[in-house]
Amino acid sequence: MPAYRPPRIAASEITPNAVYLQRREFLAAGAFGAMSLLSTHRSEAAALSTVSSAYKVDETPTSREDVTTYNNYYEFGLDKADPAALSGDFKPLPWAIKVDGMVGKPGTFDLEQLLKDFPIEDRTYRMRCVEGWSMVIPWNGFPLAALLDKVEPLGSAKYVAFETVVRPEEMPGQKSVFQSLPWPYVEGLRLDEARHPLALLAVGLYGETLPNQNGAPIRLVVPWKYGFKGIKSIVRITLTDTQPVNTWQAANAREYGFYANVNPAVDHPRWSQATERRIGESGFFNAGRHPTLPFNGYADEVASLYAGMDLRTNF
Amino acid sequence: MKPTLRSSLKQWQPTLVWLTYAVGLAPAVWYFYLGATGGLGADPVKTFELFLGLWGLRFLILTLAVSPVRDLMGWNFIAYRRALGLLCFYYILLHFTVYLVLDQALDVTAVLNDTLKRPFIMFGMAGLAMLIPLALTSNRFSIRRMGAHWIRLHRLIYIIAACGVLHYALSTKVFSMEQLIYIGLIIALILYRSGRPILRNRKPRRYLTTSP
Repeated sequence: MPAYRPPRIAASEITPNAVYLQRREFLAAGAFGAMSLLSTHRSEAAALSTVSSAYKVDETPTSREDVTTYNNYYEFGLDKADPAALSGDFKPLPWAIKVDGMVGKPGTFDLEQLLKDFPIEDRTYRMRCVEGWSMVIPWNGFPLAALLDKVEPLGSAKYVAFETVVRPEEMPGQKSVFQSLPWPYVEGLRLDEARHPLALLAVGLYGETLPNQNGAPIRLVVPWKYGFKGIKSIVRITLTDTQPVNTWQAANAREYGFYANVNPAVDHPRWSQATERRIGESGFFNAGRHPTLPFNGYADEVASLYAGMDLRTNF
Repeated sequence: MKPTLRSSLKQWQPTLVWLTYAVGLAPAVWYFYLGATGGLGADPVKTFELFLGLWGLRFLILTLAVSPVRDLMGWNFIAYRRALGLLCFYYILLHFTVYLVLDQALDVTAVLNDTLKRPFIMFGMAGLAMLIPLALTSNRFSIRRMGAHWIRLHRLIYIIAACGVLHYALSTKVFSMEQLIYIGLIIALILYRSGRPILRNRKPRRYLTTSP
């Protein structure tokens, strides 16, 4: 069985980021200007100008390498390495998000404009996957609440529904004979959850625009919930008065709920949620197991949202 | 008489059986090396664990395929079946060891809780437990001593195969194409075995004749 071995690259051989970012100018300036046109179709990380924020967990961030090569994004394939390997054809720009439903000012928002309207914050969050592994990720983004304020939700709106793009020609997992899930991938939050300051619309990580495999160009991050709530490549947000069904709940309601709050006391029917393997820390001879914390360590901030609720039945 | 391909194969058979063990264990050694030197990606333990389980299933499929291949295609690999069966056992034992030592860090309480509470782990453990007596009696001495009991005992492999399929099918969030292929193959092999006595009646004594 062939195994992939990452090449060893000496630090001296790595092009400095500033030089790398100028490569198009270099090409355009030369006689091979046409070549730069070819590169416009590829998605490439671009630096974001960001502001700092108070939302930073005091833990070592997972390496950029691990964050961008170990992904669950079934639109590109089921294997953790598939999204990085098979998302090269995906075109994240231009991009627009339609916001509709029970809002005073529905509209379609161009991503470039949103990036100008809102300051992009640096936020380092824990990320806990329902499968039992976790990371610490330095995201860049703006609060979901900021976008919701723009559209003025009506008093009758109780929930927010999200939808991922459907592009079989660019997303191999949506095109293959064997379909793992029905598309589009959908998710939902209660409006008060969506308005919580921790709920983030991420447009980048490690100070650069999101790679395709991480949900380019814009994705949801709700750090106190399991990772599958963080819907990627969002094209539509709908305010509604009925609780939306999310993709995983529709696939298996016994195992995945609407809330999906991280909870070490409520096991997945097929595996324990009491501990997690921290990616990067867990070497071959060191399982790197951490105890899983209620609400993924964000209980002080979010537990009040669920006061009086039975978290065993509302899992 | 001129030596035929068949007879020269027979002459080399002991060597080829040992070669089967060596080649069969090579993937485990290679992946262990990759894991120990940081070559198995972001989640090396999980990758290694899954890899060992998959190779266990592959050798299980090869073991079960020996009889159908002989019946349907006339190729006789019976001399290699013990090696294939034992390789399946070694991989499943390694799969369990990695789960216990590298994944769960020898937290016996967690492993016991998992075994009692989670059907997919229960099926896996049951399969491993049943493989042990088969591995212990995979030798000439036991075959001679146990006679007909040996054959009856070794029919357990079909129950083990069913446990393996359930363990694999219940372990993931959604079925992948690869998973469906493995599950389909094992179900086909179990069904073939349950239909085999009928085939046997149609062609009596075929397996009792010894080659000259």
